[in-house]
Amino acid sequence: MKVFTILEKHGRKPSRLVPILQAVQEEYRYLPEEVLTYVATALDVSPARVFGVATFYSHFAIQPKGKHIIRLCDGTACHVKDSVPILDAIRKRLKLEGKKNTTDDMLFTVETVACLGACGLAPVVVVNDQVHGQMTPEHGVKLVEEIIAQEQS
Amino acid sequence: MSAQILNIMDPAAGNGTKPQRRVIVCAGTGCVANGAYQVITAFQEQIQAAGISVTTEFKPEPTHALRLNKSGCQGFCQMGPLVTVLPDEILYNKVKVGDVAEIVRETLMGGQVVDRLLYVDPATKKHCQGIQDIPFYQRQQRFVLKECGTIDPEDIHEYLHHGGYAAAKKAVLSMTPEQIVQEITKSGLRGRGGGGFPTGRKWEAARVQKSAKKYVICNADEGDPGAFMNRSVMEGNPHSVLEGLMIAARAIGADETLIYVRAEYPLAVTRMRRAVEDAQKLGFLGDNVFGSGQALDCEVLEGAGAFVCGEETAMIASIEGLRGMPRPKPPFPAQSGLWGKPTIINNVETLAHVVRIINQGADTFRQLGSAAAPGTKTFALTGHVANTGLVEVPFGTTLRDVVLNIGGGITDRRGKVKPNGFKAVQIGGPSGGCLTQEHLDLPLDYDSLRTVGAMVGSGGLVAMNEKTCMVSVARFFMDFTQRESCGKCVLCREGTRQLLAMLDDIIEGRATGETLALMEKLALAVQKGSLCGLGKTAPNPVLSTLRYFRAEYDAHVFHKHCPTGQCKALAKPSIDAAKCKGCTACARKCPVGAITGEKKKAHVIDQGKCIVCGACADTCKFEAVVGV
Repeated sequence: MKVFTILEKHGRKPSRLVPILQAVQEEYRYLPEEVLTYVATALDVSPARVFGVATFYSHFAIQPKGKHIIRLCDGTACHVKDSVPILDAIRKRLKLEGKKNTTDDMLFTVETVACLGACGLAPVVVVNDQVHGQMTPEHGVKLVEEIIAQEQS
Repeated sequence: MSAQILNIMDPAAGNGTKPQRRVIVCAGTGCVANGAYQVITAFQEQIQAAGISVTTEFKPEPTHALRLNKSGCQGFCQMGPLVTVLPDEILYNKVKVGDVAEIVRETLMGGQVVDRLLYVDPATKKHCQGIQDIPFYQRQQRFVLKECGTIDPEDIHEYLHHGGYAAAKKAVLSMTPEQIVQEITKSGLRGRGGGGFPTGRKWEAARVQKSAKKYVICNADEGDPGAFMNRSVMEGNPHSVLEGLMIAARAIGADETLIYVRAEYPLAVTRMRRAVEDAQKLGFLGDNVFGSGQALDCEVLEGAGAFVCGEETAMIASIEGLRGMPRPKPPFPAQSGLWGKPTIINNVETLAHVVRIINQGADTFRQLGSAAAPGTKTFALTGHVANTGLVEVPFGTTLRDVVLNIGGGITDRRGKVKPNGFKAVQIGGPSGGCLTQEHLDLPLDYDSLRTVGAMVGSGGLVAMNEKTCMVSVARFFMDFTQRESCGKCVLCREGTRQLLAMLDDIIEGRATGETLALMEKLALAVQKGSLCGLGKTAPNPVLSTLRYFRAEYDAHVFHKHCPTGQCKALAKPSIDAAKCKGCTACARKCPVGAITGEKKKAHVIDQGKCIVCGACADTCKFEAVVGV
């Protein structure tokens, strides 16, 4: 089992909880509840502590994410260069409303991040770890369309 | 094609008498996003195809081969990918894979400059051959960033060739901890991460502690949105950070060091890890540092996306595997930090400066900057400026010099320079404040900025043009700090939430005069009632915009009008039928299909569909779109 290997690698030390959860998320793409409970038992700490850490840091997801992850940078530089209209256009294209970030078909998750440090290219959209700079709402929608077309073919 | 290269024509120059011919491709995050790696591969193929012998590795002995290497961030991110040809000192910008063959043929083989790939100064329209001609670089004094654009960040031997690790070696083998701390104190170095606390005093506090175990942590959790100085240094010259860390460890008597890097910087993490591994292999880290018998270890840790972890005590909690929440000080980390042991936490840039101070002495370091803030500081210049990128200038340089001269002026929404477009500069991120026209001649340093309600912070400088709504800017930062508040202090947790709600009321047209008064009162209360820097400074953007842009708040509150047309709820974009020519450009550009109309007849915007993105206004050549 993968989680076992991860725990062994970090010597089952509670102090390594953050790197352990990072490795688990790398494996499962999110942190399933039963794995968190297993990690707590294995490290001999309370599940509350593990859940506490998992929900504190924004990188940890306790809900499954879509196949394609679109991250829109909304750092200051991107914000003043009109990143929000890009987000609105992408969300509208994917019919994401309210607090919903993942499409019903589990194909897309749309998130905002505080700053990717690529401010020289603002505004920035990251699609599956590929950075796209100097974006516009039309470009953003086009990137989504391209993935949809790929998925359908 | 024009200027003849005078320097050398021989592509295989570099036999000891002539400097080696080099092609350096910038591989910082910005250039990589624009295809730098593909450009490097193309160079490799094309150079070989041209029959020129090429090496990608650094070799200290003279070689005939042309050296092709990647470098870290050269700071001129928006012009990337950048390609530098040495010794001719040609800087090509926005180089695409398709341009590589021409560079190889014309420049490397033919000794000619490819004019069309040079940077054109927007002010003078002059084609600039290299960084010596480009105003963006001319006015800077680069020390921390000096090697970032030339050396291969993943090659420890090249760093060594440039005098690398000499300072660490000197500190370990021929200086006592007291001497090191004295030298740093004498240099007047202050923390570059935001607080500006004297580094020497911090080190002394930890040095005098009697403890068998001490720690040094490098704070590379650069969380301020709009700042990327530390990312660039780690990507461009990771060994300089590691060397500074080693000196700090020797100064306080620590045998364990950690580098806490933001997880949003995967490239910086990779390069720091590589630097640590290479240093271990050469015996600079490990059980017997430089043969001194002393032990020193270093581990690179990744953050998990919490802004508050940039605060010292929260970072320590995070490293201990807990929720990253700060605790009251004292005891200060220098007395009781990680695992209850004396710990110092220094910013990436602070550590990079340490190397130079030990190498060249405190007096040399003090030659630049002001008496209270010696040395240089890196700033990340972004937003509405012609040249966005990384800037290093001495403390005391004026805002005008940085934003208007190095930045090349303020741009409008289409990216054109507008002579009178300057509205404000946001400095210091979510903890900082705004500076306006009246502050343009203010020298940038810790104390002068504090007097006008701003702070140096880590060095993010976001320039804003006159089309930027300052209430929205304040809301943006409040939204950020509200989300990032760890929740420990009630006033920070609940207060930032209420401040955000009030700003929403203002932006969406529900506010009254009472809202403004209450907001000001609450902002001051949050400052007083929070434990750590996040809460103490969270209200700064609100207070600072209220102070300098009161009229804009009043317009939102009393006239339900956003002077810049940016606030969606108050904006009502429409097309002026008299000006509209019916060219259909806006209808084609609209991402949500909200604009309709027949050709050559006035178009209409469907308010129900419109997302107020402003794309139509940007496209319209006749200024017929109003209210956005």
